[in-house]
Parts: sequence; C-alpha cells; structure tokens
Amino acid sequence: MADRQVCLSGTGLTKVFGFGRQKTVAVDHVDFKFYESEVVSIVGESGSGKTTLAKMLLGLLTPTEGEIYFQGQKRDISTQRKRKEYWKNIQAIFQDPFSSYNIFNKIDAVLLDCIYMRGGRRLPQAQKVALMTEACGFVNLKFEELTNKYPFELSGGQMQRLMIARIFLLKPKILIADEPTSMIDACSRATILDMLMQLRDEIGMTLIFITHDIGLAYYVSDSVYIMERGKIVEHGSADEVILNPKEAYTRRLISDVPKIYEEWDLSTV
Amino acid sequence: MKHTLHQIFHSGKFVLGFCIFIVILLIVMVYPVLFPYPPLAIIGQGTFFAPGIYVNAYDSVHAPKYTLNLEDAAAKRIASRLSEDDRVAMQEWLVGYGIPQGEIDINDTAQLLGLWNTHYDPKAQIPGLTNAKRNYYIRLDTALEGLLATEDAVIAVKNPETGALEAQGTIAQSDYVNVGQVANVRFLPLGTDNFGRDILTQLVAATRVSLQIGFVAGIIATLIGLTLGLLAGYIGGLVDDVIMFITNLFTVIPSFVLLILISFSIGQERRGAVTVAIVIGFTSWVWTTRAVRAQVVSLRNRDHVNLSKLSGHSIVHIILNDILPYIASYVVMALILQISSGILSEAGLSILGLGPRTTEVPTLGLMMNWAMIYQAYVLGKWWAYLPVLITIALITFSMNLMNTGLDQVFNPALRD
Amino acid sequence: MGKILLDVRDLSTKYVTRFQENVYAVDHVSLQVEEGKALGIAGESGCGKSTLALSLMGYYFPPLHYISGDIIVDGRNISRMDPDDVRRLILGREIAYIPQAAMNALNPTQKVISFIEDVIRVHDLGSSKREIYERARILFQTLGLPENVLQKYPVELSGGMKQRTVIAVAVLLSPKVLIADEPSSALDVTSQKMVIKMLMRLMEDGLVRSLIFITHELPLLYNVTDDIMVMYAGQIVEKGTAKEVVFDPLHPYAKGLMGSIIVPEEGVRGVKLTAIPGAPPNLKNPPSGCRFADRCKYVQPACRVTAVNLRELPNGRAYRCIFSEEELREAYRNG
Ligand SMILES: Nc1ncnc2c1ncn2[C@@H]1O[C@H](COP(=O)(O)OP(=O)(O)OP(=O)(O)O)[C@@H](O)[C@H]1O
Ligand SMILES: Nc1ncnc2c1ncn2[C@@H]1O[C@H](COP(=O)(O)OP(=O)(O)OP(=O)(O)O)[C@@H](O)[C@H]1O
Ligand code: SF4
Ligand SMILES: [Mg+2]
Ligand SMILES: [Mg+2]
Repeated sequence: MADRQVCLSGTGLTKVFGFGRQKTVAVDHVDFKFYESEVVSIVGESGSGKTTLAKMLLGLLTPTEGEIYFQGQKRDISTQRKRKEYWKNIQAIFQDPFSSYNIFNKIDAVLLDCIYMRGGRRLPQAQKVALMTEACGFVNLKFEELTNKYPFELSGGQMQRLMIARIFLLKPKILIADEPTSMIDACSRATILDMLMQLRDEIGMTLIFITHDIGLAYYVSDSVYIMERGKIVEHGSADEVILNPKEAYTRRLISDVPKIYEEWDLSTV
Repeated sequence: MKHTLHQIFHSGKFVLGFCIFIVILLIVMVYPVLFPYPPLAIIGQGTFFAPGIYVNAYDSVHAPKYTLNLEDAAAKRIASRLSEDDRVAMQEWLVGYGIPQGEIDINDTAQLLGLWNTHYDPKAQIPGLTNAKRNYYIRLDTALEGLLATEDAVIAVKNPETGALEAQGTIAQSDYVNVGQVANVRFLPLGTDNFGRDILTQLVAATRVSLQIGFVAGIIATLIGLTLGLLAGYIGGLVDDVIMFITNLFTVIPSFVLLILISFSIGQERRGAVTVAIVIGFTSWVWTTRAVRAQVVSLRNRDHVNLSKLSGHSIVHIILNDILPYIASYVVMALILQISSGILSEAGLSILGLGPRTTEVPTLGLMMNWAMIYQAYVLGKWWAYLPVLITIALITFSMNLMNTGLDQVFNPALRD
Repeated sequence: MGKILLDVRDLSTKYVTRFQENVYAVDHVSLQVEEGKALGIAGESGCGKSTLALSLMGYYFPPLHYISGDIIVDGRNISRMDPDDVRRLILGREIAYIPQAAMNALNPTQKVISFIEDVIRVHDLGSSKREIYERARILFQTLGLPENVLQKYPVELSGGMKQRTVIAVAVLLSPKVLIADEPSSALDVTSQKMVIKMLMRLMEDGLVRSLIFITHELPLLYNVTDDIMVMYAGQIVEKGTAKEVVFDPLHPYAKGLMGSIIVPEEGVRGVKLTAIPGAPPNLKNPPSGCRFADRCKYVQPACRVTAVNLRELPNGRAYRCIFSEEELREAYRNG
C-alpha cells in the first residue's frame, strides 16, 4: 500500500490544557498517517483525547507542540482566507448534536451555509432547495418536514442526521466524524454508514471515525488507532488490531461492548 | 421566541413589575399633555403649602351665590374654628380661674363661650400657665370672635377718591358658590415645595428626566460592557488580558467614588442631565463586562460556534450570530438592572449636591436634595419627600421584579 | 406476577408546533411495568421515545399536550392531575426522569451538592444543608460514587461520572419508577457499562422499584431489561420479553433492527447490514394504514387500507402487522 498518497499526517502532536496543578495533557505526542480515501477509526474511552485530537486536525485548537501536514505540506492556517480554504477540504460532524446547532437559526441556514461555501450563493432558489432535498434524502430525512423548523424541534437522531446531510453538500476531501451515529438507531445507522461509504467511493474522501464503539470501528474501517490517555497505544489494520489485540486496553474495550450471543460480563468494571 | 414571550408574560413577578413600570411611564407621558404646567414655575408665595384644592377667595366672593339650607353648617363652622382640644383647653383655663368644673359643659358651645367671654382676661394669673400657653389663649380668644354671630358678612370696597368703604354686597352664612364657577381653582394634590412649586408637576417631570438618565446611563454601560465582554471573551489572549486589566482596575476603585470625583471635576456649570447620565454610564459598565465575558467564554467552545467557523464565517458574523443571541436574555436583564441602578446613582449624586445643575430640570435626586436642604423632614412636610421616595422605590422595585421574573424564565434552575 | 407499578392505558399525546400543527408523537400507547422489572423501549430516532417518556410523567407543558388515556402510578391516576400537583407530588417521588442529554444540562456554575440541595428543597423545605449533605453522601456511598464528586463542578467530571451523578440525583427521593432516556448513548463502552451496572444495582438495592430504559441499542436492552417494546412512528409495533424480541422478532421493523446490530466479531466486516431505506412517515398526518408500509419488504395492498391493530398473543407478546406469526416467520426464513 506504499503507493497511496498520505493525505493528513502529524508528528509529535501534543495538546496541554491549563498549567500548574490543573495541567491536563489531553493529547500526548501522537504520530499518525492517514491515507487518501481510507477509512480510519480512532477508538478510545471517554477522555482519551479523541475530540481534542480531532479539533487540532480541524484547526479549531492550536497544538501545544508538534506539526500537522496536509497533502504533504506543513499546514498553514494563519489567516482567515487560508483557514476558509482549508475548511473546504476538511469538515466535521461533531459529537453532541444538541450543542452543534445555533438554536436561533432555522435549520435551512445550516444547509444554505454549505451551499454558499461551495460557491452556490447565486443559484436560483429552486435549485438550492433541490440540493438540500437531495442531501436530506441521503440521510433518510425529508426536507419538506424540516424546512422552517428550529433545531430544538427535532429529535437527537434527526439533528445528527442533518449534520451528516451537511457533508453531502460540502463533499470535503477529509471528514472527521466524532461519534456520528451515537444517537441513531441501528437501522438508520446501517443506512448512514452505507451512504458515507458510498460518498467515499464517489469522491475519494478520507473518513476519520472517532468512536468508542469498537464494533463499529471494526465494521467500517481499514485501519484503527487505539487511544488511551492521550497516547496512541496500538494501531494497524482493523483485522490486526481487533482480532489479535496486543494491548490489554484494547482487549478491555472489546469486552465492554454489550453482546448478544456471548455473556456480557458486568463484573469487570 | 413566542413561547419564551408567553412564558415571560406568565411569570407573575415580571407581569407585576411590568405593569407598575408601564403605569409610571404612562403617567409620565400623559400628565404633561393634560396639565401643561411648567414644572419649575414658582407659584406659591411661601413654603410647603399642604396638599389640597386651592380656591381663589376673591373670585369666590364674586361668584354666583346659592343658598343651601344645610342643618349642620353652623356646627361644622364652629367645629372647624373651635376644636375639641380648644374646648378642653378653655375648660382648663376656666377651672384654673376658679370656676367649678361641674358648671362647665364643654359640649354646649353657647354656654362655654358665654362663660369664656365673661371671665377671660389675658392678664389673669393662672397657676402653672406657661408663656407659650398664655399666647395660645390670646390667639384662641381672637379666633373665637364672632363665632356665634349669625349676621351676614358685608363686602365693602374702598372708594378710591374718598377712601371710605362702600358696601357692595353681603354674604349670608348659608351662601355657597359652585367651585366650578369660581374662575381660579388650583388642585395641588401634593402641595408645594420650599420654593412654592407644584410638587406633583415637578415629580412627573423629574420622573421623566430620571428615567431618561437611567436609560441613557444603562444603555451606555450595557453597550460598553457588552462590547468589551464579547471581545475579551471571544477573542481571548492578549485582548482578553488588556480588557480584564482595565476592568479589574475599575473594579478596585468603587464606582460611586469615581462617579463623585468625575462629577465634581466637571463642575456645576457643565453638569446637565445628559452629562450626568453619560458619567454614570461610563463608571458602571464593569460588572456587565465581567458577566458577559464569563458567558462568552463558556459559549465560545461550543460546537455550534465551531460549526460556524468551519462554515467559513468571520469573527464578526460569529459574534453577532452565534454568541450574541445566546446571551441576549442575559444582556436584557443586565440592562434593566443597569437602568435601575443608574436612577439610584443619579439620586445618590444629587443628594450629595453633585447632580445636574438645578435651574433647568428637576430630577428625583434633586427633589430629594431640595427637600433635605429645606428640612422638609424636620418640619414634617411629608409631601415634599415621601412621594419622591415612593416613586424611586416603585421604579427600582418594578425593574427588579421584571428582572427576577426574567431570571426565572431564562434560568430554569431558579424556578420553584 | 408482581404488583403493577405503572399502568398506562391508551395514552395519546401531541406536540402543537408554532404553526399550530399537531404532531401526534405518542399514539394510543399502553404499557405496564411490574415491580422489580425493567422495561426497554427501542425505536428509530424521532419515533417518539423521548416524548413517551415525558408523557408518562403526566406533566405537560407546551408544546406537548395531553390528548387521552390514563396513567396509573401505583394505583393513582395522574393523567388529569393539575401540573403543579404533579410536579410536587409525582415527579422525583413516584416517577423520576433522566432526560436525554441530561448530563450536559447541568448548570456549569453550580457544584453538584448545591444542585442536589435545589432538588431536595423543591420537595421538602425543612432539610438543613448538613442533613442534605449527609443524605447525598450516604447515597453516593451506596452507589459506589466517590464522595468528593459532591464538591465538584460539572465540568470537572468525566462524561460517565456526570451521567452517574445525574442518575444518583434522580433517585434521591427513591422513586418508584425511574425513566432513563438514552442514559448511556453518549458514553464510551466502559462508562456505559458502569452506568448500566449502577442502574442494575439501583434495582437490586430497591432504590428504584422498576425501570424504564430507552435506547436504540438492542444489545444493551437485551442485557438490561426484562421486556422490550419497539416503537415506530408513535406506535408500539412489537412487545415481548427481551429474548423473544431480540431472537425472534415478529414485526418487520424489529426484524430490521436486529439485522443491523454490529458486534466486534470476526466476519462482521464487509457483511451487508440490513439497512431499511426510506424515512418514517410524517407524524403530522400519519398514513391511515400501516405506518411502516412505505419501507416494508413484505407490504401488501391490504396493509395500506385500514389501521393495523396491535395483535395480542396469549403469551403476552404483541405485534402490529397484518400477517400472522407463522406467516412472518416463514417470510423471514425465506429472506
Ligand atoms: N477546553 C478544555 N480545557 C481543559 N481541559 C480540556 C478541554 N477540553 C478537553 N479537556 C480535557 O482533555 C481530555 C481529553 O478530552 P477529549 O474531549 O478530547 O476526550 P474524548 O476522547 O473526546 O472523550 P469523549 O469520548 O468523552 O468525547 C479530558 O481529560 C478533558 O477533560
Ligand atoms: N418541540 C417539538 N415540537 C414539535 N415537534 C416535536 C418537538 N419535539 C419533538 N418533536 C417531534 O416529535 C417526534 C418524536 O420526537 P422524540 O424526541 O420523542 O423522538 P425520539 O424517539 O426520542 O428520538 P431520538 O432517539 O432521536 O431521541 C419527532 O418526529 C420530532 O420531530
Ligand atoms: S402490516 Fe404490512 S406493511 Fe405493515 S409491517 Fe406488516 S407487512 Fe409490513
Ligand atoms: Mg469526544
Ligand atoms: Mg429522544
């Protein structure tokens, strides 16, 4: 697989919050290489620094230490223009759909922003609506039902799916999805995963899944990174990591997933 | 939005506060239209006329007369000139003079007066009679003159040539005039102040000016506080440090002291109502800044702000669109508090004699100041200060009520 | 059979939107919760699970409105009670509710203990600070939560700890029924396990006498609850014991749910999950026939004609489909 292009990589990436006694090393000297059109999962328990890592990749947090390389070059997002350009390439689905929306704006505004970002400001209204309807259709939502509503009038799952609909409009090169299906039922989850995979195949998008659900990671990804307390403790292809875990931590993550066919051992926590 | 408004107007506290405030506002707006008196015109010669209806005596004489045969007229007339206390005092004097108590019936006016007229002698030595008491009896004696008379009063006019009095008409004891037909009647519900100015008119004007000062001061303070708070909270880093340094500086100096110093240095001459409002505004933004900043700091890491960034929006757009609406309710509450504290600050300054200069407009604080300087409290002229106090209290009370009402709606944890 | 603590009969509620439209989010739902039992509610997002949970408490405020039905809590009908009485007498004491995303709704400027003080003061004013602290401390101890959590601010707690704190606060007044709406969906697997363990413990220790657990994760429900109820578009479409619903689902939607479970086991990768295309119907004017008809593989013309009734089987199971048990099983065998 050496011929694949590295799309996003980082060396020694570190983020420290606070100082003195309240110092938290959220991400601790992390190295990674994400290839083009690859599906990567970053798996770890809560507080292991997954979201912090994602925010650094997105340019929403400045790393304390370390470098990020985008398409082979050192990432430069020093001005608003460069940032805007960067964000055309990399987009995100945030962890908590309830806090991802500006509750004072109607839902249409979120989708319109995406169309504008792709230079569609001058499109006729009918075409904008068509685009938005199509994007909602991808995630099993009906645009006619959502238009003119406020975010708090949707259910958690509907909010999360709408976030994914954004991505269908933006078609970025890299998508960081932070627990994108935590509030979605299994059936729709399957549909949405299918859709995301389809989108990846169509436009060669790199998909970075952030999840604590190792089952989901195993199901979707090509390679898996396991994070524990800010460090990457194990990484490799999905089969390698999940079927033959080397770290005790990884084994624990696997055992904590609720099972149906096997006994789910509650005594281990 | 509609739901929130619905909730707000279902909060009893808010509605009560709002109603009080609206009533005050309506009075302030409607009163000058109905009664366009100049608020600072000196109408009374003399100080602190009590509240009441003032009927012009000269005009009453000339007004058409109507005879009303009312039984108790004479009794009321006597009562108004000879009170129960006076009767007891007269009895005391007579007893002191040597008349046995049993012979005096203080309820029989004719008998009492008869005894008094035969025996009273201002020079008589009564044991235990103080000088003040002696003077009181002399005054009482004059007042009693003609009390039982039933004759008409004669109105006479001085002949400009001869200087002799010429009878023009008579007024019988049962003559009445209709107040509506008297040319000059002035109702002074709150009397006049030490300068002889109509207090109600003045109070209404003062309330308006004080509200204006409060609004201007509140809006200035809120605007400054909001802007600095937003910048410090959202941009962070150096901007935050600088703004917080200035804010902390202002926090350690009590703002009222600062207010006094600035007002003093501006000088009496240049201190108009607007200037005072601006000065108050510029010294009271500090806590709005702190409060807004704290809110913004907790908002700026929210994902909806991140999403807005990822959508390529500028800082200004994010602040206006993604931050401001979230703290709007908070800012409204801060504004209300700032307005009411602006009004109180003005009152405080004016009581110290550092308020707006006195010749143009009254303010609530100035009215308090005048009442204080002219010792209305000591003299018991309650109408000069009590209405002002009540007005100040009502305004701040209504605003604080609105504020707690809003707080309960916006801050569900406080809802009981 | 144990005592029935919560008996809901034909409950219907609706949202009235800003445009005065009615969204019928809970449509003739009946359910019983026995003492000592846990009931799971599963279903697609937007099917009305959270709304059902809210409606169960009998505490309605706009935009949610009561339409019809009875809610009987331990023998007392609360469906037509005055909202103020419900809040004072029922919430927290009889029924406690942990809303979806409750842990993120904690006031960030308030310490956990002062939050607890607020909660207790709403119900009985008498307690002093000390008493409340003591009570909270004992509760935290029994639940295996560290005592120092009481003195912390929500931001200082991890997600799992926050959620367990919220649960602990919810059971302060030892409610008879605890409704937990997606209590673990936002947590990682390890914290999720801890939350589940805590909920089980609450039941064992009798701090709550029965549990209603809402989630869309079937494996979780299977491990936690005794009975499972599957909702679709505001209605119950399947009801049965956990084992029956998971291993022998009758309704086509429940079957689909089962087919899309992901577990980290070999052979899962690349296997096509049962995705059900399409979206659930609009709850403003739901179709008159079967609400699942547009997405159902086995749809018949008859499905769309009249409302499909819930079939109650003698063994306590129920499902909402025109086909008989045998016909459905046959259809599933043939794929
Ligand atoms: N803004 C911040 N200030 C201080 N500490 C922070 C901040 N954001 C995150 N942290 C800390 O950094 C650590 C990593 O947090 P992060 O949110 O990245 O974890 P996560 O892996 O995404 O967890 P989860 O699965 O709960 O989302 C945590 O200990 C958290 O408390
Ligand atoms: N305030 C509201 N006004 C109008 N409709 C609403 C409101 N809240 C929810 N709804 C609608 O009611 C239906 C049920 O929503 P509910 O939140 O109960 O779903 P849910 O099953 O809990 O979903 P999730 O699993 O995503 O939380 C949805 O179709 C939703 O759009
Ligand atoms: S009634 Fe018909 S459409 Fe509905 S679930 Fe059964 S088979 Fe499918
Ligand atoms: Mg995270
Ligand atoms: Mg819900």
